[in-house]
Amino acid sequence: MANTLLSIRGLTKAYPGVVANDDVAFDIGKGEIHALLGENGAGKSTLVKMIYGLVQPDRGQMELDGAAFAPTQPSQARQSGVAMVFQHFSLFDALNVAENVALGMENPPKPRDLAKQIQEVSETYGLPLDPYRTVGTLSAGERQRVEIIRCLLQDPRLLIMDEPTSVLTPQEVEILFETLRKLKSEGTSILYISHKLEEIRALCDHATILRLGKKVATCTPAETSARELAEMMVGSSFATPQARTVETGEVLLEVRGLSLPSPGGFGTPLRDIGFEVRAGEVLGIGGVAGNGQDELLAALSGERTSKPGSVLLKGNDVSAMGPTERRGSGLLSAPEERLGHAAAPNMSLIENGVLTAGRRRGLVSGGFISWPKAKDFAAEVIERFDVRTPGPGTAARALSGGNLQKFVVGREILQSPEVLVVNQPTWGVDAAAAAAIRQALLDLAAQGAAIVVISQDLDELMEIADRFGAVNEGRLSELRPVSSLDMEQIGLMMGGAHDMEVAHADA
Amino acid sequence: MISLEKRQQPSQVITAITPLIAVALTMIVGGILFSFYGADPVESIRVIFWDPMFNQQFAGFTRPQLLVKAGPLILIAIGLSIGFRAGIWNIGAEGQYIVGAICGAGAGLAFYPSESPLIFPLMILCGALGGLAWAMIPAFLKVRFGTNEILVSLMLVYVAQNILISVSTGLLRNPEGMGFPGSRNFKQWDAAHNAEIIANTGMHWGVVAAFIAVIGAYVMMARHIQGFNIRLSGEAPRAARFAGVNPGRVVFLCLGLAGLLAGLAGLFEVTGPAGQVSGQFNAGYGFTAIIVAFLGRLHPIGILLAGLLMALTYIGGELAQLMLGLPGAAIQLFQGMLLFFLLATDVFTNYRLRFGKREVLS
Repeated sequence: MANTLLSIRGLTKAYPGVVANDDVAFDIGKGEIHALLGENGAGKSTLVKMIYGLVQPDRGQMELDGAAFAPTQPSQARQSGVAMVFQHFSLFDALNVAENVALGMENPPKPRDLAKQIQEVSETYGLPLDPYRTVGTLSAGERQRVEIIRCLLQDPRLLIMDEPTSVLTPQEVEILFETLRKLKSEGTSILYISHKLEEIRALCDHATILRLGKKVATCTPAETSARELAEMMVGSSFATPQARTVETGEVLLEVRGLSLPSPGGFGTPLRDIGFEVRAGEVLGIGGVAGNGQDELLAALSGERTSKPGSVLLKGNDVSAMGPTERRGSGLLSAPEERLGHAAAPNMSLIENGVLTAGRRRGLVSGGFISWPKAKDFAAEVIERFDVRTPGPGTAARALSGGNLQKFVVGREILQSPEVLVVNQPTWGVDAAAAAAIRQALLDLAAQGAAIVVISQDLDELMEIADRFGAVNEGRLSELRPVSSLDMEQIGLMMGGAHDMEVAHADA
Repeated sequence: MISLEKRQQPSQVITAITPLIAVALTMIVGGILFSFYGADPVESIRVIFWDPMFNQQFAGFTRPQLLVKAGPLILIAIGLSIGFRAGIWNIGAEGQYIVGAICGAGAGLAFYPSESPLIFPLMILCGALGGLAWAMIPAFLKVRFGTNEILVSLMLVYVAQNILISVSTGLLRNPEGMGFPGSRNFKQWDAAHNAEIIANTGMHWGVVAAFIAVIGAYVMMARHIQGFNIRLSGEAPRAARFAGVNPGRVVFLCLGLAGLLAGLAGLFEVTGPAGQVSGQFNAGYGFTAIIVAFLGRLHPIGILLAGLLMALTYIGGELAQLMLGLPGAAIQLFQGMLLFFLLATDVFTNYRLRFGKREVLS
């Protein structure tokens, strides 16, 4: 290809015990949007880190625009015109947009010039952003714009984007895609990493699929079905959650007038949240990240207590109870942040099993922990949820994100909860594992549990939830049956315009 | 180029051998240090580590000292290690030790010269409560007002030292002591004397308490949910709250236990080896115990061994001053080196060294 920007040949990188990338080769053309697809642990991040100079390959070479390219650190990659937007933002909440951008630059211009540049770029690419806003007050979508603008200011030839849409509303995704297409038309190449197959089919010119560190195929996504793509990623076909008939029973969890002040400087206060979930029902709560999801989970798990009468389990007031007592009465939860919140990074899976299952699974009696029982429990979770790990004695932090997620969700499900609240149950989990987790949640509901799924993945909510609501700035929208909703309405609910569809549609 | 690479899992092997490496490095660098003072490095290391136990001439005197010195160090370090595991940095054990000694001694002296067998148990109880109460101050301030327990507990050491000087020249001064500062001598009052249980071994009730504390701490940290919660709070505070651990309770529990054990150590010291409340009775055990706790990897069995080792350097250090004329400060430096090297080698528990840069091969 004469128009090749980046050519990768035989790239190999091994870590102790795993070959993250094995002889990977593909080309990215100039002005091409190239998708990188693969399960968790398929080696996408390692590959991208090598291109961005964070990791050096063991073998193989790269050519950028015909010249040998072997960056040993990110600054070198940036000088060669490679920029990257990470999945997790590295921004300082207390600083404003321009200051944050300046922090990432080698030689930042004067603040006023920089602010002007930011404004120019943001107007050119349709990414409205005020350079003087404090980052702590920005939504996740706006924060991502800060990161993108930071990259665009370097005039990149290749822009790498790692799962950029996971934090965006459908409307924001459209804006982002417009920007990316504009960049493409100007000749910038984009390497786009995502799990969302439909997006890739809509946006990308070519897709390279990795599986277990090896390249499986390069294809044209527009001509390949989402199902085919998924099967190439996984290497086999997988079960999609079964449709089911919902027979709901009594109300298990009722939340009434739940309001809580913001836990910290940049948290979200909860404002008058009310809903009820019945036995056998799955309630989906969507919303853009940072609109009260974490706070809602903390209020339900018992990490934060609320005023009497605001959280009722089977009619009993549990508002004043802590996490241990709520677990005892059957209300279990799994938070979004796996490392450090749902699990202790340096502790083994056995110990992490005791973390929530001590009482309900009888791992603790008379205050003493039975380690053999705890080990059996961890092994059971590992086996039932196909957690890939050398064994239950492994430290939580040694597991890949998806595998730890399976462990965390499995740990709660195996305690047979009556009400289960999960936040982002399949965040960063590969398609097969995500399907397994969703199926497990549906099975649990079928056994008569009430389930609240808080998620930013709308497809997931549409797939498993019976009713849907969205949080916006700590308020919960009206709940609607999923079958009556389309994407447009959901987007408006997430934006907080509950009863203003008409006005918005006209605008 | 040398770089550090994070390990997938903390290395168990390294955790176990770092104390040994640290001791070896301390011996080498300490030997070099001593040679600058004109002492033969090999001989000075031998005097510190070997002679106290095995020298035919004076090991008979120094050997019992091993338990006498190790007892309070271990007792205090066990209490501190529990807090350190939870990320609660109580560095004021010296103050809790002093206050425990004062309270226990005061409670006993109030009944002088009674020979009731209840006197000594009462003193033990009051010693423990005194240390506990002193540790409750930083605990309360931390939980209620969010103060930093490191600063508060440390500053309370100086308060305690001033109280000690005050009571040894005032409230608790021996009325028959001809005006000299210091309380009555407990060695001359059988009901309150913490005597050796077996003669010439150094084994007194404080050493027994230290052994019990080692076993108790081991059981609690390894098997009991309370110990699990403490470790969890230190490893991942958010996960601990999610698990249902009340952070305030952990603060009270950890500081309380540390204060209790330090207070006990003080009481056993003042009624035994020290003999009386005086301005100089505290020998810095509360601070040295911090080194012992870390040298022992915050693990009860490790602390037992580390306490004995540290006691050895105390005794050996005194011998070295006496026999080789090494200055006392050099000995303290030597003990400090142990902690320094331990913390330095500790990095390799979670990281491994990589030499050279990996080149891209074609």
